[in-house]
Amino acid sequence: MHAIEKIMARAAGLPQVRTGEIVNCRVDRAGINDLYLQTKRSFLEMGGSKVHTPEGVVMFLDHYAPASTVSQAAVQKEFREFCAEQGIDKLMDVNRGVCHQVLLDSGNSRPGMVIVITDSHTTTHGAVGAFGTGVGATDLATILLTGKLWFRVPEIIRFTLNGAMPKGVYAKDVILKILGELKADYAVYKAVEFTGPAIAAMSMSERLCLCNMTTEMGAKAAYIQPDETTFAYLAARGVDVDPADVFTTDPDFVYAAEHTYDVSSFEPQVAAPFSVDNVADLSAHAGKRIDQAYIGACTGGRLEDIAEAARIVKGRKIARHTRFIISPASRETLLDAIAAGYITDLVEAGATLVTPGCAACLGIHEGLIAEGERCISSTNRNFPGRMGHVKGEIFLASPAAVAASAVAGEIADPRQYGV
Amino acid sequence: MDTILKGKAFVYGANIDTDQIYPAPLLTITDADKVGQHAMEGVDPAFVQECQPGDMIVASTNFGCGSSREHAAVTLKAAGVSAVIAASFGRIFYRNAINLGLLAIVCKDIHGHVKRGDRLSLDVATSTIVNESTGETFQAEPLSEYMMDIIRHGGIKPMMRAMAGKI
Repeated sequence: MHAIEKIMARAAGLPQVRTGEIVNCRVDRAGINDLYLQTKRSFLEMGGSKVHTPEGVVMFLDHYAPASTVSQAAVQKEFREFCAEQGIDKLMDVNRGVCHQVLLDSGNSRPGMVIVITDSHTTTHGAVGAFGTGVGATDLATILLTGKLWFRVPEIIRFTLNGAMPKGVYAKDVILKILGELKADYAVYKAVEFTGPAIAAMSMSERLCLCNMTTEMGAKAAYIQPDETTFAYLAARGVDVDPADVFTTDPDFVYAAEHTYDVSSFEPQVAAPFSVDNVADLSAHAGKRIDQAYIGACTGGRLEDIAEAARIVKGRKIARHTRFIISPASRETLLDAIAAGYITDLVEAGATLVTPGCAACLGIHEGLIAEGERCISSTNRNFPGRMGHVKGEIFLASPAAVAASAVAGEIADPRQYGV
Repeated sequence: MDTILKGKAFVYGANIDTDQIYPAPLLTITDADKVGQHAMEGVDPAFVQECQPGDMIVASTNFGCGSSREHAAVTLKAAGVSAVIAASFGRIFYRNAINLGLLAIVCKDIHGHVKRGDRLSLDVATSTIVNESTGETFQAEPLSEYMMDIIRHGGIKPMMRAMAGKI
C-alpha cells in the first residue's frame, strides 16, 4: 500500500484498502471557514443537534478577515455563536490568518492525520504527510454529525524531482511548469506524491506551496514523505511527531503514473489569464505593464515568500503606477516578518500591508482590481473575476517575480534584482 | 424521482470554474432561490433568463474546478438545472452536486455533438443520453451504487435524516 492508503485504512479501521474502494474514514481535523455558513445550515437540516467530536473541529474566520460588510459580520457572528453552543474551542478568529497556515502554526496539521476542510487547498497538508482534502459545506456537515466521511481511495501519481533548483526559480515555478505541461484536469480524482533530491533539499515553505497547487491540477490530496525537515518545522510549532503516525509506502506499490523532471533546467514561470495551465516562461510576458502586485494566500504568503520579496525591494521603490499588496499568511508569519525587519523594508519601498487572511486572492476585499487592470500575484488562481472585475487580468508567479515586477512596474525577472 | 429527464441544453467548454459558476463576493447569501439568481453569471449572463426547469448543462473537461463552494451546485439546482453532463468534473463540485441530488454525469463523447438549445433526454437508470434534436445517442458512465443511493434519497441530507438513529 501507499502511505496515503495506510492513513486511509487506519482511519477507516481496515487492515488494508484498494484503489477505487469506497471507505468511511474517521476525520481527525474538520475545518470550516467563514464562506460556508451552509455547513451549519446543512448540519441542522440533517437533524443535527450536537456536534459529534467538537475537539476535532476547527473554525476559521479567514476569508472575510475582518468583516468588510454587514452580511459578512453577521456570518462571523453566527459562527462564533455556533462554536460557543457546541463547545468548539478551536475558533481561529479574524486575528489568525489563512486556514491552512493557521492549522500548521497551531500544531493541528500532523503526519498521519485525515484533515478535511471546506477549502479546496486542503491538499496543502500533504506536505507534512497528512491526508488533506477539500469538501463542500454539506460533506463537512456530515462530519459534524458522524465524525466520519466517505472517500474513494484514489489512484496515485508520483513526481520525482531531480537536480538542484536554480537561483530565481522556486516551488511555484516548478508547479506552474508541471501544470502547463499536464494541464488543469490531469490529476482529477487522483492523489499526487512528490519525491526526489530536489524535494529533499526543499524547505517546508516550498513543499507546502507545491502541495497547495496540486489542487489546480484537480488532485484530491498530495503527499511528501515526512523527513527531518518536516519534523523540525513541526517541532517549532510544538508538535512532537509520534513515529506510529508516519506511514511509508511499500516498495511494491504501483503508481498510476510516474513523471520525472530535472529542475536544474527550469526557468521562472508565469500562468497567464485566464487559466492556471496557460503557462509560459516569464520571459515571454516580460515588460507587460502591471497595475498591482500581490503577495499572500495559502500559496505564496509565508515567511520565506515575504523574505524574498523584502530582499528584492530593500533600498528600492515600487513603480509609481503600481500598488504592491502584502497579506501575510498568518499572525505568526506577520510577527516573524516584523521581527526580521521585512515589513519595514516592504512598507518603506511603498507596499501596502493588509490583514493576514484570504483577502483579495478570491476577490472579496483588500485589493481588488478594476476592469482592464493587470495584477501579478503569488496566489493560486487566475480565473476570470477571481480578484475583482471579470476583465481584470491575473498573472500567477513566484513571490520573487511579483516583488521584482512591483519595482519594475511591469512583469520582470527576479534574477535581474539580485536573488 | 423520474428516471427520464428532459430539457434543453446549455453548452460550455473546458475548465468552467466555480468563480464563473457563482461569484465569491455573493457567498454570504444562503437562501437557495437567491443563490439561483446568479447561476453562471461569470460565463453566461443570459443563462438565468433562459434556463427552464429540467434544462441541462453540457460541458467539456473539468467542469466545476476551483473552489469548494457548494454554492456552485446550489445555484445550478435552484436555477432549475436537472443534470450537468461533462467529460470530467472538478472533484469537489462533483461531490457537492451528488450530495444535493443534482445529477453530475460523466460522458466523454457528447461535447461537440450538442448545441445550445438542443433537446436532450437522459435516462438515469441506464445513463443513456439522446439528443432529440439530432437523433444521436450517447452512453455516459454509470454512477456508483453509493451515489445512486444518495440520488434516490434526493440528496445526502434526506439520506442522513433517514439514517438518523442508525449512526
